[in-house]
Amino acid sequence: MKSQAIIIGGSAGAFNTILSILGQLDKRINIPIVIVLHRLKNTTSSFETILQRNTHYTVKEIEDKEQMRNGMLYTAPADYHVLLEEDYTFSLDVSELVNFSRPSIDVTFESFSAVLKEKCCGILLSGSNHDGAKGLKIMAENKGNTIIQDCNEAEFANMPNAAKTLYDQHKELNTTNIINILNNECY
Amino acid sequence: MITLKELDELLFTIKKQFDYDFSDYSKASMLRRIHRFMDIHAMKNAVDLKFELINNPAVFQNFINEIVVNVSEFFRDPSFFKSLQQKVFPYLESYPKINIWSAGCSFGEETYSLNILLKENNLYAKTRIYATDISSNAIERSRKGIYDNTNFKEYTKNYYECGGKESLNDYFVSDPRHSMIHSEFKQNILFSNHNLVADGVFKECQLILCRNVLIYFNSNLQNKALELFYQSLPIHGFLAIGKKESLRFSSVYENFKEIDREEKIYQKIK
Ligand SMILES: C[S@@+](CC[C@H](N)C(=O)[O-])C[C@H]1O[C@@H](n2cnc3c(N)ncnc32)[C@H](O)[C@@H]1O
Repeated sequence: MKSQAIIIGGSAGAFNTILSILGQLDKRINIPIVIVLHRLKNTTSSFETILQRNTHYTVKEIEDKEQMRNGMLYTAPADYHVLLEEDYTFSLDVSELVNFSRPSIDVTFESFSAVLKEKCCGILLSGSNHDGAKGLKIMAENKGNTIIQDCNEAEFANMPNAAKTLYDQHKELNTTNIINILNNECY
Repeated sequence: MITLKELDELLFTIKKQFDYDFSDYSKASMLRRIHRFMDIHAMKNAVDLKFELINNPAVFQNFINEIVVNVSEFFRDPSFFKSLQQKVFPYLESYPKINIWSAGCSFGEETYSLNILLKENNLYAKTRIYATDISSNAIERSRKGIYDNTNFKEYTKNYYECGGKESLNDYFVSDPRHSMIHSEFKQNILFSNHNLVADGVFKECQLILCRNVLIYFNSNLQNKALELFYQSLPIHGFLAIGKKESLRFSSVYENFKEIDREEKIYQKIK
């Protein structure tokens, strides 16, 4: 089943991988991409600007109740969890940190999976904590397409490793193969 | 755990049985909060939950207090409080008496932060603050004004970032674990229960703060709440919403002027 959205979760060491993936994505792909990256609060970073230089998508930080659209690449704002509603609008949430994180990758994976079921693709990249493992498992159980970065390639393997330990049926792929699978399956 | 469909049924039952209408809340957030509640209370499915809610009144009150998100902090988004002092306080000065509504005040962090800044800007004496929340637990906690010390390092940092000149600790009485806000900061605040879904205008206010509350509503209910704020403001009154919230989708959008686009501070112009 074709995915309706790609959700990428990453922490320490994930940023360059994200740039490589975006840069080599087939230009005809336009399903929404949502990026949940752990970052510091109360700082304005040039994160979105750098992403914009590396993608054919339009990059935008998520605003509450905004409609999720094709051709858009969304980033989770610092200090908010990102949820998806049944009408494909985003909701933001300031509830407790999850895995010491807000935004938490687990929260977004789980929420998107509840709405999109098998029609979503979750990718978990490098990071030095355990965020994302639980959410990716839920996504896999809902028959979504779940991918973790090759633990040998990831700069910090804890995060993909935790996902693998919790559930051993995710596709474990290096950056080149992540790009290939997206180019084959998302267009 | 429960599905989105069971959630709809549950919210319908709650509305009929208890007259609390959560049907226009964000479903995605409700689902998370209800799962959390069920986890804490070792409930396995929708049937368990419904049974407990209907047969045990204490559980229901607890349910209300726990499905809302009370997470807050002192001087959340320092850049907002800085802008408020620079762009709104000078206007407020011109009024002989100032009413402020802090809607969705949680445990009082935002309201007391505001009050500290009013004091430092010599506006305190002529200001009355109405601080409201749907949760009775939140109102009780706000009245007490007691906070865990663990987060004070961050609060102090926030306080300085928004331009505070004193020592934040001086505004509290502390023991090794807790800090209580000085009673003088409670005197001009009236904390009370108010439900933005069901209750109406209660006072004209020159400034309304409703931050990180609207994110828990769907667009329909956001619009309703914003209309309520519109009605509670005089011409030239100010409205501040959360940093990632928007007036754009609401029917009153045209009636406001942007005072600070980033910090989401607006002024009613018609
Ligand atoms: C996340 S807190 C926001 C606290 C503070 N304003 C801030 O920005 O840090 C949201 C608050 O909105 C309150 N709330 C939720 N639904 C409400 C309603 N229908 N009427 C009034 N308050 C409500 C909750 O009880 C909670 O205290």
